[in-house]
Amino acid sequence: MRVALFSTCIVDAMYPRVAQATVEILERLGHEVVFPQGQTCCSQMHANSGYFDDAYQVVKTHVQAFEEWDFDAIVAPSGSCVASLGHQQPMLAERAGDSAIAKSAADLAARSFELSQFLIDVCGITNAAEQLGSYFPGSVTYHSSCHGMRLLGLGSRQEDLIRTVEGLEYTRIEGLDQCCGFGGTFSFKNADTSGAMVADKVANIEKTGASVCTGGDASCLMNIGGALSRKGSPVQTVHFAEILASTKEKPLQVSGPVSITAGGK
Amino acid sequence: MSTTALGMPTVRHGVGNIFEFEPFPEYAEKELKNEQLRANLGFATHKIRDKRAAVINELPDWQDLRTAGSMIKQKVMANLDTYLQEFEKNFTAKGGHVHWARDANEANEIALRLIREQGVTEVNKIKSMATAETGLNEFLEEHGISAIETDLAEEIVQLGEDRPSHILVPAIHRNRTEIRDIFRKKIEGVNPDLSDDPAELAEASRFRLREKFLTNKVAISGVNFGIAETGTMTIVESEGNGRMCLTLPETLITFMGIEKILPTTQDYEVFLQLLPRSSTGERMNPYTSMWTGVTPGDGPQNLHVILMDNGRTAALADQVGRQALHCIRCSACMNVCPVYERAGGHAYGSTYPGPIGAILTPQLGGIEEQYNSTLPFASSLCGACYEACPVKINIPDVLVHLRGKAVDLEKAQGEFEGGKKDRHIQMDAMMFGAKTLFTSGKLLSLATRGLPASRLITGRSHKISKLPGIVGGWTDYRDIPEPPKSSFRNDWKKERGEAPKRVGGERVDLQALIAANQGKLAEAHAKAEAANPIVKEAK
Ligand code: SF4
Repeated sequence: MRVALFSTCIVDAMYPRVAQATVEILERLGHEVVFPQGQTCCSQMHANSGYFDDAYQVVKTHVQAFEEWDFDAIVAPSGSCVASLGHQQPMLAERAGDSAIAKSAADLAARSFELSQFLIDVCGITNAAEQLGSYFPGSVTYHSSCHGMRLLGLGSRQEDLIRTVEGLEYTRIEGLDQCCGFGGTFSFKNADTSGAMVADKVANIEKTGASVCTGGDASCLMNIGGALSRKGSPVQTVHFAEILASTKEKPLQVSGPVSITAGGK
Repeated sequence: MSTTALGMPTVRHGVGNIFEFEPFPEYAEKELKNEQLRANLGFATHKIRDKRAAVINELPDWQDLRTAGSMIKQKVMANLDTYLQEFEKNFTAKGGHVHWARDANEANEIALRLIREQGVTEVNKIKSMATAETGLNEFLEEHGISAIETDLAEEIVQLGEDRPSHILVPAIHRNRTEIRDIFRKKIEGVNPDLSDDPAELAEASRFRLREKFLTNKVAISGVNFGIAETGTMTIVESEGNGRMCLTLPETLITFMGIEKILPTTQDYEVFLQLLPRSSTGERMNPYTSMWTGVTPGDGPQNLHVILMDNGRTAALADQVGRQALHCIRCSACMNVCPVYERAGGHAYGSTYPGPIGAILTPQLGGIEEQYNSTLPFASSLCGACYEACPVKINIPDVLVHLRGKAVDLEKAQGEFEGGKKDRHIQMDAMMFGAKTLFTSGKLLSLATRGLPASRLITGRSHKISKLPGIVGGWTDYRDIPEPPKSSFRNDWKKERGEAPKRVGGERVDLQALIAANQGKLAEAHAKAEAANPIVKEAK
C-alpha cells in the first residue's frame, strides 16, 4: 500500500523521532511511505481558539497538499489531529463558503487513520511482538488522550498494541480516561486549572511505579512530560509509535530528560 | 395597534444571574487555592460519577434512550411556539393561570404581585434553577417577603448567606462542621449542642421546615417538565420537601423556562429514565410529583405558571448553540468535568456552572456582556461532558462555536478577555504567525530550519523553564523540551528527496480491508490480556 504520512505540526517540529518511528513501522509492514511536503497542520489550534477564518486557510493548505499526491491511505501518529480532519475540517470549509474544499476534506478524512487504527483495522495487526517485532523491556503506563478516545472512538486499540510488546511490563493508571489538562491554548489561557489537572495526572502516573509513560498524542505527552520534568520526576514520556518501532536489534533508548532516540535512527 | 415594518426582530438577551463578573481564569485561580472546596468537590464528583456509571452500564438501551431524548428535544425546539400555546390552552382549561415573562425582571414582578394578592410576607420554595436565575429570593427580600428554601442543601446555602456551587448539590463546597455552625447560629430554638452527625443535622432542618410547610400559604417552585398535551407539570426530587410545597399551600406559583416543554406524556417516559440515572445515579428518584390543574378540595386551589424567556429565544436563534436549550439540568456534565472538579461552581459566575454553564450563560445573557466571553474557553475540550450528557448536547462543539463568536466580537471591539488588550494582541499575533507558517509547507520548512537556534534559549538544562507573555502560563507549571536539531520535514527532504508524486494503478479498497478485519480489535484485546493482564488499576 502507498501510505502518505501526515506527521502533524508538533511532531514535525518538536518530535521528529515519532514520525521516524511511524515510518519505520509502516515500512516494516511493506508499505511505501510518502511525505507530501506541502502539509502543515490539521487546523485545530486555530479552530479551537475560535480563529475560524485562519483555520479555514490551514484546512485548504492541508487539502491541497494531500490532493496533489496519489496514495491509498493517510496515517498520522495522533488521535487528536486525525479526529479533527473529519470532525472539523469540512465544517470550517463550509463556514467559509468553500464546499469544494469541504468535500475534499471529507474525502481525505475518510482515508485518514490514526496509527493504531491503521495497524489493527486496516492491516489486521493483533500482536505487536509477533507481527511488528516490537520489543521494549521496561515498566510502562499509558495515557489515553481524550480526542482519540472520545472523538475518534479508538477504544483500547493503542493500549492493546502496547500490551503485546515483548518484554514490556504494563500497569494501568488510575483515572485512565481523565484529561491531562493540555487542551491546546487552554494550557496557557487557563494555566492554573490546566496546571492542577496535569499535577493530578502526573501523581497518578507516579503511583503506577512505571518508568515510562506512553501515549498516542505528542501534545499531551509534551504537557505530561513537561510537568514531570518540572517536578524532577525520573519518569519519561515516549510516544507509543516509538515503543512499537523498538526491536531487539535496535532497542529504543530512553535516557536523560529530553534526548530520547527512536530505535533505528 | 399600529402597523410597523416587519424587520428582523432584535435579539433580546436575558437578565438576572447569568453573568460572569470576573474573567474565568482569574476566578478559577482563586478558587483553586481553596483546598476544602477542591477536596469536597473531588470526593463528591467522583462518587456521583461512579454511581452514575454503574446504573447506566446496566441499561442495554442507554444510547438509544439518549438519542430519543435528543430527538424529542429537537422536536420541541423546532415547534416551540405551537407547544407553548398548546400547553397554555390545556393548563388554563384545567383551572390554572398562565403568565408570560420576557425576562427575569418581569417574572419576578409577576411573582411579587401574585404573592401580595395573598397578603403574606413569607413563602416556601422548592429548589429551582429558574428562580435562582432570576434572583427571586433577593428580589422578594427587597420587597419585604422572605422566601424559605426547603431543600436541605439550598437551606444550608441560604442560612449561610452563600451561593450554590452545584446545581444538584448546591452546598457541595461545605463540610459537616461548617453546616453545624451555620445551623447553630441561624436556626431559632436549635439545640445549642448540635453535633455534626448527618442525622442530627437533618433533624434540625426538619424541625425548622415542618412548621413552615404547615403554616405558609404560598409556595414557589420550578419545574422539570411541562407537558403540552395535558398541561401537566412535574418535578422529580429526592427529599420530599418538594411534594409538601406542591400539595400543602393554597397558592402555587411555578417558574418555567419556555424550553421545559415536552409534547406528550409518553415522551416523559424517556426522561424519567434519563434524568435520575444521570443526576443522582439512582434508577429512580424517591419523589416524582405531577400536577394537572386544580382539583377542588385537594391541593393548591390557586395555581399559576410563569413562562419565562430570559434569553432563550436568543439562544434558539443560533443553529449550533440552540442545543444548549435541550438541557434537563441533571448535572452529569459537571460531575465528569475536570475543569469544574478543580475550579468549582462559583468560578462560572452564573447560576449555571460547569460545561453547560459555559455554553448557556453566554447565550442567555449575551456573550458580549461582562466576562461571559471567557466562559467558552474554560474547557480543555476533553469531551467527557458530551459523553455523559443524557440528551447528547455536543458541548465541545458549542464551546468551539462560541469561541469563534468571542473572537469575532473581540476583534470588533478591539478588546480581549475583558479589556486585556495586550493579551488580545499577543493571541492575535500568535495565531497570525502560526497561520502564516501553517498555510505554506515551504515556509514551515524554512522556519523549522531555525529550530537549532531555539536550542540556544534552552541552555545547559536542555529545557525551557520560563517563557514571557501569555504563554508564560505554560512554564508556570511545566518545562518545554529542547527542540530537535532538525524538523522531520527537513530530515526527510535531505534523506529521501522528493518521491514521484503519482503512481499508476488502482487504489486499495480500504473499506473491504476494514470489513475483513472486523474481528481484529477483539483479537488484539484478547492477546493483550494474555500478554499483560490488567490485574487492577494502580491505587
Ligand atoms: S448539559 Fe446535559 S449533562 Fe449537563 S446538566 Fe444539561 S442535560 Fe445534564
